[in-house]
Amino acid sequence: MIARTCHRILWAILLVGLFLLAARMALGRAPALGAALAAAGLGAAWIYLSPRTHASRYLLPGLAAFAVFVLMPLLYTVYIAFTNFSSEHLLSQDRVRAWFAQDFYTADPARYPFRLHPVAGTNTYQVCIVLEENATGTKVLNSRPFTPEEAATGNPITLALNTVRPQAPPLGMRQIIDARPWLNRARFTMPGSPIPLRLVSLRDLGFRLALWTPDGDKLVNAVTGQVLVPDPQRGNYVDEQTRAPVGPGWRVWTGTDNFRLIFADPAIRGPFLQIFGWNVAFAFLSVAITFGIGVLLASLLQWRALRGRALYRTLLILPYAIPAFIPILVFRGLFNEGYGEINLLLTQLFGIAPKWFTNPWLARTMILIVNTWLGYPYMMIISSGMLQAVPDELYEATAIDGAGPWTNFAKVTLPQIFPPLFPLLIASFAFNFNNFSLIYLLTGGKPDITGSATVAGTTDLLVSYTFRMAFKDSAARFGFASAVATLLFIVVAILAWQQLRLSRPAPAVKGGR
Amino acid sequence: MVEGRAYRGRLVLAHAALIGFIALVMVPLFMVVSISFRQGNFATGSILPSPETFSLEHWRMVLGLPVLQADGTWETPSVPVLRWFWNSVKISATSAFLILLLSSTCAYAFARMRFRGRDRLLGGLLILQMFPMVLAIIAIYSILEAIGRWAPALGLDTHPGLILAYLGGIATHIWMIKGYFDSLPVSLEESAKIDGATPWQTFRLIMLPTSLPIFAIVFILAFIGLIGEYPLASVVLQQTDRWTLAVGANSFLYEQNYLWGDFAATAVLSGLPITILFLACQRLLISGLTAGGVKE
Repeated sequence: MIARTCHRILWAILLVGLFLLAARMALGRAPALGAALAAAGLGAAWIYLSPRTHASRYLLPGLAAFAVFVLMPLLYTVYIAFTNFSSEHLLSQDRVRAWFAQDFYTADPARYPFRLHPVAGTNTYQVCIVLEENATGTKVLNSRPFTPEEAATGNPITLALNTVRPQAPPLGMRQIIDARPWLNRARFTMPGSPIPLRLVSLRDLGFRLALWTPDGDKLVNAVTGQVLVPDPQRGNYVDEQTRAPVGPGWRVWTGTDNFRLIFADPAIRGPFLQIFGWNVAFAFLSVAITFGIGVLLASLLQWRALRGRALYRTLLILPYAIPAFIPILVFRGLFNEGYGEINLLLTQLFGIAPKWFTNPWLARTMILIVNTWLGYPYMMIISSGMLQAVPDELYEATAIDGAGPWTNFAKVTLPQIFPPLFPLLIASFAFNFNNFSLIYLLTGGKPDITGSATVAGTTDLLVSYTFRMAFKDSAARFGFASAVATLLFIVVAILAWQQLRLSRPAPAVKGGR
Repeated sequence: MVEGRAYRGRLVLAHAALIGFIALVMVPLFMVVSISFRQGNFATGSILPSPETFSLEHWRMVLGLPVLQADGTWETPSVPVLRWFWNSVKISATSAFLILLLSSTCAYAFARMRFRGRDRLLGGLLILQMFPMVLAIIAIYSILEAIGRWAPALGLDTHPGLILAYLGGIATHIWMIKGYFDSLPVSLEESAKIDGATPWQTFRLIMLPTSLPIFAIVFILAFIGLIGEYPLASVVLQQTDRWTLAVGANSFLYEQNYLWGDFAATAVLSGLPITILFLACQRLLISGLTAGGVKE
């Protein structure tokens, strides 16, 4: 059967891919990772082969994708909410130590131009420093032949006075650049000098020493004598006396610090609460306005005496059919204060040019206008689906009572369609609560709140606020942004759970726009 | 019914209201089309298109044809708009197809098989999916980076990597397809089972053909959802010629470099095919969108 073959091929690709990747990791630098992946592959193979795991066979591919790209990122985000991860705490502690080890000072300004001569027929090299070369003779410092591996160990190689250079022509600049990885680690001792020579440029050897010498877990400055000790709470090396942090920090577990910061620091709490307030208002108003317009239009289109309903419907749905990012950017251009067409029109007609992007209230108004344009068709679609389910007898009954269209709408239509639509309205609320694209592409959260400790805009939603904090701020406060994200997720999860409870068995298919 | 004067008046009023509303809604669309044919990147006094300012320069730019520069030379545009469009279509279509494969097999298991914790798993998937992808970008970025270390073709700044990251978004689609499967009678499958079909055969030969409409809906909804996805694509894709349209279009409207006319042409070019696709499948999609609410 073709079908069975297809199924088997799909699984074969999955399994072969997993094992190839595992083998690559095992042969590379990550045997543990390779073993874990191989175990996962074996588990998958068992699920495919075992007769007891029919359901899992269908669930596994989808659930695996979900686990890797939804669940893992979620858990990781919650995890970094409890750390100090940011641009200042980006590395691991080992990498920070390595950073300090790369800090050098010049012990003696003398520099010696050097040449690197390959020894013919072997994989060895000789270093040669020309001290004097004139009519009276040649004075050079030569090393014995050494292999790159030997040099890379950092054990000093002795240079000795000589009168002849090595025979082979020296390496060119390009080859020196290629040799840099091991050449950088090589050390050479000059007769009579206690400090070893090392590479200071592509042409010169010089006297440079590591600035920080490790002393247990402390670091001692070779020049000033300053002593740094690691502070595991802050994830920084700090001065032993003043406790001031020095150099880059590393990631440490900071517990609930980020969460406490949201509410403790007035320069963060103020903007946070302001953004939260606007966020709730925005989501509520968006749903209310689009639902109001949508349900009115749907009722109008329900009217059988109205001709051309199909055409009206198609034209009314149009905003929903266009990928949202296009109209959002179009509106950003049209509303532009300086050269946007809307202000051009308003100037010509009324002589006004509202500052849509610099006045917070106008910016918020503009956002609601744009979101209404984007969102009413969805509401219209779902309400007209619901309207068809309202029994005609109800309208006939009110017609006998002499009810007008408004009474019909308020007393029959709305009470009939509102309860079943309620879960969809919650979904729409949740969607708008996190409507990142709209805010980010339209205003970018601007105008900014003055006096805020982090980037924060008057039109920012929590979701764009966290995005900007993590990616558009030089401080890149990933930990703090993740803490806000975690709070946000709790809000949305509760909404989703409520929606699920209310709409069993059939849930909403899409949050709308 | 009584067809009185008031009734006819109301009818006229309804037409007027609808036409007025549609006109208002159409204004931005009309404007963007006219701007795409207008010379330069700034409004020059008139809003309506006029013969004096008519120009095809933005369309030439978007289609990759040489454009007349201010200094009189012809220059081939460096911005690969058609390329972005193709990238968008390719990424969205592939992802939508794979999402369909993954979610339909999952939905089949949820709808037709009994296993422990089924309802809880299904509910859990939907709630977890509510976590905004935007906020997990740091994590998704690290995961793609880690994958790319071992399989460079699936790493950062690659289309397969982005597609892979999109595959997580299947929960709502599973729900939708499961809802449809639930509405199909079980008797067909049972008779197939009696005839000796394996579950996979039942899925392939009975469920698949009868479920084509819902598959079309899910495919198109996933496609439309992904083609407009901005945040993740903007972080994952770095080289200009690998961008998607959503990322590229945004780059036209920087304050320092405000290419309004070029953007308008790009918007029309890219919006049109998707809009037409949507309108062509209108009936199908609307039935899919309302199914969740209407069905008991």
